[in-house]
Amino acid sequence: MSVHVSHKEPLLRIAKRASIPAWKAWLIRILSVVLALLLSGAFIYAITGLNPVEVYKAMAQGAFGSERRSWVTIRDAMMLLCIGIGLAPAFKMRFWNIGAEGQILVGGCATAGFMIYFGGKLPTPVLLLLMAAVSLIAGAVWGIVPAIFKARWGTNETLFTLMMNYVAIQITSYCVALWENPVGSNTVGVINQKTKAGWFPELFGQDYGLNVLIVAVLTVGMFLYLRYTKQGYEIAVVGESENTARYAGIKLSKVFIRTMAISGAICGLAGFIAVAGASHTISTSTAGGRGFTAIIVAWLAKFNTFVMVLISFLLVFLQKGAVQIATQFKLNDFASEVITGIILFCIIGSEFFIQYRLIFRGRKEAGKA
Amino acid sequence: MRGITKTFGPIVANHKVDLEIRRGEILSLLGENGSGKTTLMNMLSGIYFPDEGEILVGGQSVAIRSPKDAFDLKIGMIHQHFKLVDVLTAAENIVLGLREPGGLNLKAAAARIREICGRYGFQVDPEQKVYDMSVSQKQTVEIVKVLYRGADILILDEPTAVLTPQETEKLFDVLRNMKADGKAVVIITHKLHEVMEISDRVAVLRKGEYIGDVATSETSPQALTDMMVGRAVSLNIERPLVETRNLRLEVKDLSVRTAEGVLALDNVTFQAYGGEILGVAGISGSGQKELLEAIAGLQSALPGAHIIYHPPAPDEPVAGRHVPVDRAGEELVGKDPLQIRRIGVSMAFVPEDRLGMGLVGSMGMPDNMMLKSYRAGHGPLADRRPSRALAQKVKEELEVVTPSLSTPVRRLSGGNVQKVLVGRELASSPTLLMTAYAVRGLDINTSYTIYRLLNEQKKQGAAVIFVGEDLDVLLELCDRILVLCAGHVNGVVDARTATKEEVGLLMTRLKKEGEQA
Repeated sequence: MSVHVSHKEPLLRIAKRASIPAWKAWLIRILSVVLALLLSGAFIYAITGLNPVEVYKAMAQGAFGSERRSWVTIRDAMMLLCIGIGLAPAFKMRFWNIGAEGQILVGGCATAGFMIYFGGKLPTPVLLLLMAAVSLIAGAVWGIVPAIFKARWGTNETLFTLMMNYVAIQITSYCVALWENPVGSNTVGVINQKTKAGWFPELFGQDYGLNVLIVAVLTVGMFLYLRYTKQGYEIAVVGESENTARYAGIKLSKVFIRTMAISGAICGLAGFIAVAGASHTISTSTAGGRGFTAIIVAWLAKFNTFVMVLISFLLVFLQKGAVQIATQFKLNDFASEVITGIILFCIIGSEFFIQYRLIFRGRKEAGKA
Repeated sequence: MRGITKTFGPIVANHKVDLEIRRGEILSLLGENGSGKTTLMNMLSGIYFPDEGEILVGGQSVAIRSPKDAFDLKIGMIHQHFKLVDVLTAAENIVLGLREPGGLNLKAAAARIREICGRYGFQVDPEQKVYDMSVSQKQTVEIVKVLYRGADILILDEPTAVLTPQETEKLFDVLRNMKADGKAVVIITHKLHEVMEISDRVAVLRKGEYIGDVATSETSPQALTDMMVGRAVSLNIERPLVETRNLRLEVKDLSVRTAEGVLALDNVTFQAYGGEILGVAGISGSGQKELLEAIAGLQSALPGAHIIYHPPAPDEPVAGRHVPVDRAGEELVGKDPLQIRRIGVSMAFVPEDRLGMGLVGSMGMPDNMMLKSYRAGHGPLADRRPSRALAQKVKEELEVVTPSLSTPVRRLSGGNVQKVLVGRELASSPTLLMTAYAVRGLDINTSYTIYRLLNEQKKQGAAVIFVGEDLDVLLELCDRILVLCAGHVNGVVDARTATKEEVGLLMTRLKKEGEQA
């Protein structure tokens, strides 16, 4: 082995930041969004020759172009946020709940069933409360089952919750066949279209006012639960180290089951909101992959429910905008997904620059961002 | 190689340090925790890159950007935590990652390994799998690995922390052989008597700054400590004698099987008394961890075991620490930590794995203070005021160095992490205090603080169980020493009269019954 070493400093080094002021962290995040827009602009121009500014305008149009569109955007963001809030305690406990899809579906099925069988027989406020309750219970059951298996036999919760999704999809298919209307359509159709029994009433003069109210209460409630309660503290300890939790005298099985009941119940409630507060029908696509998208919402926000509000809106905005530019400029869906991908990549990537800083060759310890 | 000047990191770990390492010499690098010893050596071995200054090897300025660069310069480091693949043999581990022309030739490698072993007096079987090896054998493999790569400069980070006195002696013989062969050896250690025994020269770091170097023959442990700490420190460990000792804990026929099915403790029987420090000695992995965890309710015992806790009598000074109960003794076997606390046992436990078991790394000091007490008070909300006050108190009394109370404890240095943990456990006013390797990796100053705190607990009448690895400390601090060997109690000796050799032999030799079994 001969001594063959260059005498130069490496070109680039990475050092962990000791700390970073909050304004700087936010500046980096905002810069990352700007960079993302520039990159996708370049991409759009390279592929289509369209003016990127026009395309961005169209995206904004798609999401907030009219009052109706704005409310649909808000409704969808609330839905995503609700699921994210449900996932937060589970993931904070490092319990990989990949089963939100199934929890939403069983919550939705329970809601739809009550809507069909009790619509018109009970006053709407009573029916709504009843539907909320059964959706919570159904979701909680779907969450508890994998938790019990993990607590008792140490099964892997990721696989378990994932497989529970397929069970839920099959149950939903069965329900759709059972409640088919009109016969032969292979859909449930809009439930109680004439009577609107069991539909969310208008609140503040808005169709989706109640959706916003429910999710807003959950946002604040979950924030307080995780940060200030004894149970929230237990979740944090278990998530960090199961050994430490045992050492502290925390019963792991109890915390697993309790937390997954809460997580599943909130996801079930999201099913209730989706059925009674938005689509007024049930199908296997009621969850529509949002149970997975919400995982990104929960993690990106580091389980802070207020940050989740921002991220939910961003994701829904991107999705609405993507659909709009796809139709308006005859770009196909994939082009818009690329843009979404670029933007998410930049935002997630910005976290790296918040954690670490780069030092270039020849630069002394300037410590600049 | 000479003339290294560097500063490092956002926190200054090394500030303009000059260090000279000479061939044919053993250099001890001394310093308290966080004084930058390991950081400095990591820059030599290519793990970190210095921000300022230069490294010269053989008079030539070099840049060491990766461990590979370091190997090319014939610098090798043996880390505190071994980096070996368990399922491979010694020879396979040694050649792992090497790109030699002509492909992999294990036979030739084995021959070269034997040759290296012969030259320096190692004992390694190249065909032996790593999972079959003792800690000292694994360390030997690490050293051979470095030599195999042709290292001329060897850096050993606290190599003796995991060894028995006999094994340490063997290692030192090997190091002396290397020195005679013209190699440069740097050894990082906290044990002053070892420094005096093995090294030719001692370099001292304090708070990232280079204080100076002295020839070992011209200095003394006291002088070195003063250099390290920056002021005169007493090196004697106190051992107050407490007159009244009351039976606090009785362990009878305790056997524990680990999750892997290994019998970690085999019919262990002993008593611990209030007002006494009971030392537990043994090679690491002899069942110390299982013993403490079984008492704390974290390990289930095999049938037939009894762990009886005797509450202090009403006239004892620690009586107030225990909820008075009528019963004479409490059986702890079969109870979990919460149940043990609920029946009124005031037990403090400083586990070996500080961040993995005793503390929550991502939380700040206040949230860690409430780990065992967060259930206090009615209602669903956790009251953080007492824990914040306690965190402040611990920080001031134990001089915890932290940027702020809310800084995640994971970011603190090892010594400060331990202070947080010990501080919390002592604040619970225990009648029974168990510590596992309480001073492992801690500098002299912090270690003495811990000894002082343990002695205070003892004087107040608490029963202290001190699992340690440094026999000198065990013999100076404890009243009695229980020696574990492969899960057996090999004897309980009086620490005031026992010798180091006696305990060392008990640590390695199985009892007659064990041999027959």
